[in-house]
Amino acid sequence: MHAPGTVMLEARGIGKSFGPVRALSGVDLQLRAGEVTAIMGENGAGKSTLLKILTGDYQPDAGTLELAGTEVHFTDPRHSRIAGLRVIAQEPEVIAHVSVAENIYVGALRGPLFDKRAVYAKTRADLAKYGFERLIRPEALGSTLSPAQRQIVEIMRALVDEPAVICFDEPTSSLGEDESGILFALIQRLRDEGVAIGYVSHRMQEIFQLADRITVLRDGALVGTKLTAETDHDELVRMMVGRDLTQFFHREPVTPGETVLELRDVGNEHVSGVDLTVRAGEVVGIAGLVGAGRSELMKTIVGDFPITSGEILVSGRRTSFRSPGDAIAAGIGFAPEERKAEALVLQRPVRDNITLAVLKELSRWIFVRAGAERALTADYISRLRIRTPSSEQLVGKLSGGNQQKVVLARWLATRPKLLVLDEPTRGVDVGAKAEIYAIIDELAHAGVAVLVVSSELPEVLGLADRINVMAGGRIVGELSRAEATEEAILALAMDESRIS
Amino acid sequence: MTAVTAEPRLGPLRRVVGGIGVQNISLLMAIGLLLLIIGTQNPLFFTVGNLRVIGTAIAISGLLAVVQTMVIIMGALDISVGSIAGLTSVSSAMIFTVAGPALGVAGAVVIGIVCGLVNGCIIVFGRVNPVIATLATLAAYKGLAQLVSDGRAQGYTGADGFFVFLARGTLIGVPVLIWVLVIVAVLAHVALRYTRVGRNIYAVGGNDVASRLAGININRYIIGIYMMTGAIAAVAGVLITARTGSGQPVSGSEGLELESITAAALGGAALKGGKGTIAGTILAVILLGILTNGMTLLGVNSFWQNVAKGALLVLAVVIQQLRSGERRIGLPG
Repeated sequence: MHAPGTVMLEARGIGKSFGPVRALSGVDLQLRAGEVTAIMGENGAGKSTLLKILTGDYQPDAGTLELAGTEVHFTDPRHSRIAGLRVIAQEPEVIAHVSVAENIYVGALRGPLFDKRAVYAKTRADLAKYGFERLIRPEALGSTLSPAQRQIVEIMRALVDEPAVICFDEPTSSLGEDESGILFALIQRLRDEGVAIGYVSHRMQEIFQLADRITVLRDGALVGTKLTAETDHDELVRMMVGRDLTQFFHREPVTPGETVLELRDVGNEHVSGVDLTVRAGEVVGIAGLVGAGRSELMKTIVGDFPITSGEILVSGRRTSFRSPGDAIAAGIGFAPEERKAEALVLQRPVRDNITLAVLKELSRWIFVRAGAERALTADYISRLRIRTPSSEQLVGKLSGGNQQKVVLARWLATRPKLLVLDEPTRGVDVGAKAEIYAIIDELAHAGVAVLVVSSELPEVLGLADRINVMAGGRIVGELSRAEATEEAILALAMDESRIS
Repeated sequence: MTAVTAEPRLGPLRRVVGGIGVQNISLLMAIGLLLLIIGTQNPLFFTVGNLRVIGTAIAISGLLAVVQTMVIIMGALDISVGSIAGLTSVSSAMIFTVAGPALGVAGAVVIGIVCGLVNGCIIVFGRVNPVIATLATLAAYKGLAQLVSDGRAQGYTGADGFFVFLARGTLIGVPVLIWVLVIVAVLAHVALRYTRVGRNIYAVGGNDVASRLAGININRYIIGIYMMTGAIAAVAGVLITARTGSGQPVSGSEGLELESITAAALGGAALKGGKGTIAGTILAVILLGILTNGMTLLGVNSFWQNVAKGALLVLAVVIQQLRSGERRIGLPG
């Protein structure tokens, strides 16, 4: 291994354009052995493009790349892998129908025979070595893995090659607090072993916990590199957005109105014994670790999963939703966790995506009233400040934050009594996040009941009037705004998960 | 950072191109090129008589291509359409023999709808992949057609006024066969473009989970589209009977399913769903019709005609895919 502080990877003056769009220009980056260098910037700042250039996924238009002092020109991710550089993808590709062990050693298996037992044993040993043995089984099939587990598979794949440089692309965006902790321990260990680590993240707290140096990008250009010890939260935010953002969002609670949603002892194959109420004008947060059953509970509430016991009341009336359509008719809107997979029709325009749930109201018999539809779309694009060249832009081409606003617009257009938001700011940049918080606040003031699931504790703490903590498919505790702290939430979430 | 609400100004050319679509413009250019080549080689090509021949030749496969496009936009496939056309061709002629033309046509349409309902139910409730499900019913419906007809052409409709009108009649100088295709294509185009049903078809094909969570009853849409496909396949079956003068269990319809998929793909419909237009498909149908007709006029052997059609499809899809900029790794999306 190289001595700590040696520059392992050096990028100089990197530039890259896609047609008329300049994604990167004049970006320098150094990753040093035995150090964690954070790469920060809002969505669209060029972080992902930079990582893709490092791996050889894209070729730069300008600039040079040196790995351990030799200039390199990667034209394929395999080349960079062989040279000792790995990037851990944000959303790793996992082969659905094969085991975790085979997923990890895919490409690394040698010889014509596949010794299943030996590979499982090796996988088990490797998982134990890095502290993942309790989180994932070598025999589990790819299709059954949670986002966190998929991330672990991706990390293990990288470690097989013992690379000298590892870059993580927002690794914690799909992880709960406990898994993040394990990941941080792993990263620190790799650093101590002399690996040069690049770490892309939005989350300030992690950066200060992990990084030795911080490189900030804005609009495809380098803003600067700072030693972590010599900078602070406010300076970084200023560097990232070029403006001061007020500290984390804290909303003014509204006096709640009548009960909009009430769950009494609700259970099915995913959740059990859930009691929950949400009143008009109230924002109720659902916290918990990944796998606690939070998303499943939300899908139960919106009628996607049937209930087998207990009852759900909306505005005091007992419901029996047989499909999400019934829940929408009852005044419930739902923005699911996986925006691209579950909420958006990516190859259709912004307009179609906004009006998807209200087409019936916009139609005369079966014909869509074009004028009414255009007016509604334009209204939401300006109200939610959706940044899109036009209402006809394909939604897949928007940034994460604007895509999320399109999803919100779809549900606001239904004028819901209750809005269920599962991870509303995942993969959304700082600026759009603040706007989404403001939208939620405005909704609560307008008397909408809001249920928010979030893995980011500061977000739940900032938004929610009450916080319900879930573990093992149950609600294990409720905290008022006054009682709620990150420690209190984690204590509940982790304590119960140990019991079950 | 201000919200951008105004539509950007485009040059007139860009606007026209955007309105027609690059896909359709390429098809139009291909058609123009073909017309030029064939027209200069053979003066018979541009006669009214020959244009009618092309029109009536593409009417039946065109009908199936239109409905196939709708199925493909919804992310599914129906390879049983040819067999349904065969089954309904025979049944229309057999019912006609005992009950007259009106019941003959009505009976065929009802049978077509039932066939589509069976397809839809196998897919939705049996959880069978659409390709496999309709591959199975392709065989089953063909077998049924052979069973009821004993494997032979049935019923003579060549003397019936209505069937003769369908096959050889004209309205305002245009053959009835072409009218049928035009009406079905216009209805399908309007449905896809201007109704919520059409919008939902694109949505279900583009992202079925999102569509379900947005309140669309996707089972109803899947079964509905297969029933509609069955009905239009039955219309095609009736036209086959009219053109040949008797019910044809297999010979008039075999291979139509592949022709319909070819036309839809050539017209820009994506097999993974969510993308495609009726205009594109119709242009593709016309292109294929001109190609066949022109090569026949130029004396090209029909085996070579098949090779040419296949080559055209591959070329068109390759160009489409390369234009989309997808990376050349693994199985294409």
